[in-house]
Amino acid sequence: MWECPNYTSQLHPQLRTKMEVLLGFTGKDYTIVAASKAAMRGATILKAADDKTKQLNKHTLMAFSGEAGDTVQFAEYIQANIQLYSMRNDTDLGPSAVASFVRGELARSLRSRKPYTVNLLLGGMDPITNEPHLYWLDYLASLAPLPYAAHGYAQYYCLSILDKHHHPDIDFEQGLKILKMCTDELKRRLPIDFKGMLVKVIDKDGIREIDYDMSKEVLPA
Amino acid sequence: MSSPFAINGGACVAMVGKDCVAIACDLRLGLQSLTVSNNFPKIFSYGDVYLGLTGLATDVSTVSDLFRYKVNMYRLREERQISPQTMANLVSTSLYEKRFGPYFVSPVIAGINHKTGKPFICGFDSIGCIDFAKDFIVSGTASDQLFGTCEGLWEPDLEPEDLFETISQALLNAVDRDALSGWGAHVYIIEKDKVTKRLLKGRQD
Repeated sequence: MWECPNYTSQLHPQLRTKMEVLLGFTGKDYTIVAASKAAMRGATILKAADDKTKQLNKHTLMAFSGEAGDTVQFAEYIQANIQLYSMRNDTDLGPSAVASFVRGELARSLRSRKPYTVNLLLGGMDPITNEPHLYWLDYLASLAPLPYAAHGYAQYYCLSILDKHHHPDIDFEQGLKILKMCTDELKRRLPIDFKGMLVKVIDKDGIREIDYDMSKEVLPA
Repeated sequence: MSSPFAINGGACVAMVGKDCVAIACDLRLGLQSLTVSNNFPKIFSYGDVYLGLTGLATDVSTVSDLFRYKVNMYRLREERQISPQTMANLVSTSLYEKRFGPYFVSPVIAGINHKTGKPFICGFDSIGCIDFAKDFIVSGTASDQLFGTCEGLWEPDLEPEDLFETISQALLNAVDRDALSGWGAHVYIIEKDKVTKRLLKGRQD
């Protein structure tokens, strides 16, 4: 029987920061994807209005976090290839096909000399069945289709709230209420100011950003 | 965090009965102690052959996709379904191709050979060493517990219904003693011309 050597030093290259918030969930006929607006480098906030999302095609949105250079590089590579597919075939890939492609590329990178350290959330609406989709992908290219998902420290705070309050058929207003509960908890418990959230909704009409006010003070713990 | 085999967690077991075989897996996907998904099946079907994969989740997906491709190509070339024995050799050689940078998976195969009608199960280590067994095969983070429950519950020549009960109890009781496995299970009972797939609820904590 082959014994596994110790890979502690190779796996889990310390992610730039787990403080970056990626959050997403599906509702009755929509998917919400939210990302924190702070671009961080060590203890410094370099930018307070960062957009950690990329639109891949009309009905698919990708949010990304992880090591500084890798994130945008990988996201743009994926975006370009998905757009190329749409132009060549005059059809968009569905969300599950996009997720499969992204996973394939990340898995290929994982066994290369310098893998991308990028965590992703893929939100989408299937334009044919009109069903909402959400995919969770980590930097090891583990893919999981989920009703709600998060990355980084946000997982510890948000998943328990979503466990209690999320249902697959919640309408948009209820969805926003649950999102508020999550972001309030993040504001309350995360030790740094992540400069609010950028919130995007994917529904049958495509992708849109929504005004999301987080200026109101939350009660301390 | 030490072994890539124990990051995501998961368990899989296969058993032989009288003219039937069974294969079952849990549904958890986690990151260390945090559960990310409770619907991550680890058994994949390739015609008449069933393959269970535990270990690193990314390699579970990569390897299952790779064999979907290889078995489809086999079927087109040979114009017939792949037999469990041939599948075992395909898995073994494919894993050994990656001898010095292995996929971190522990595969399990279950199926009935349609030429001979004989049940077949086997397991592998991550570099393709085949473990043939007449009784049962276990794999995953709950493999120690599964050895115990299988050793205690399994007996020769079980009928399909009794085999289902045996494999289900063996898996459910093993994963309840493992923090990295559980959250429900998939159980396949494979007979000569019938396959029954059942979803077990299990403890949700």
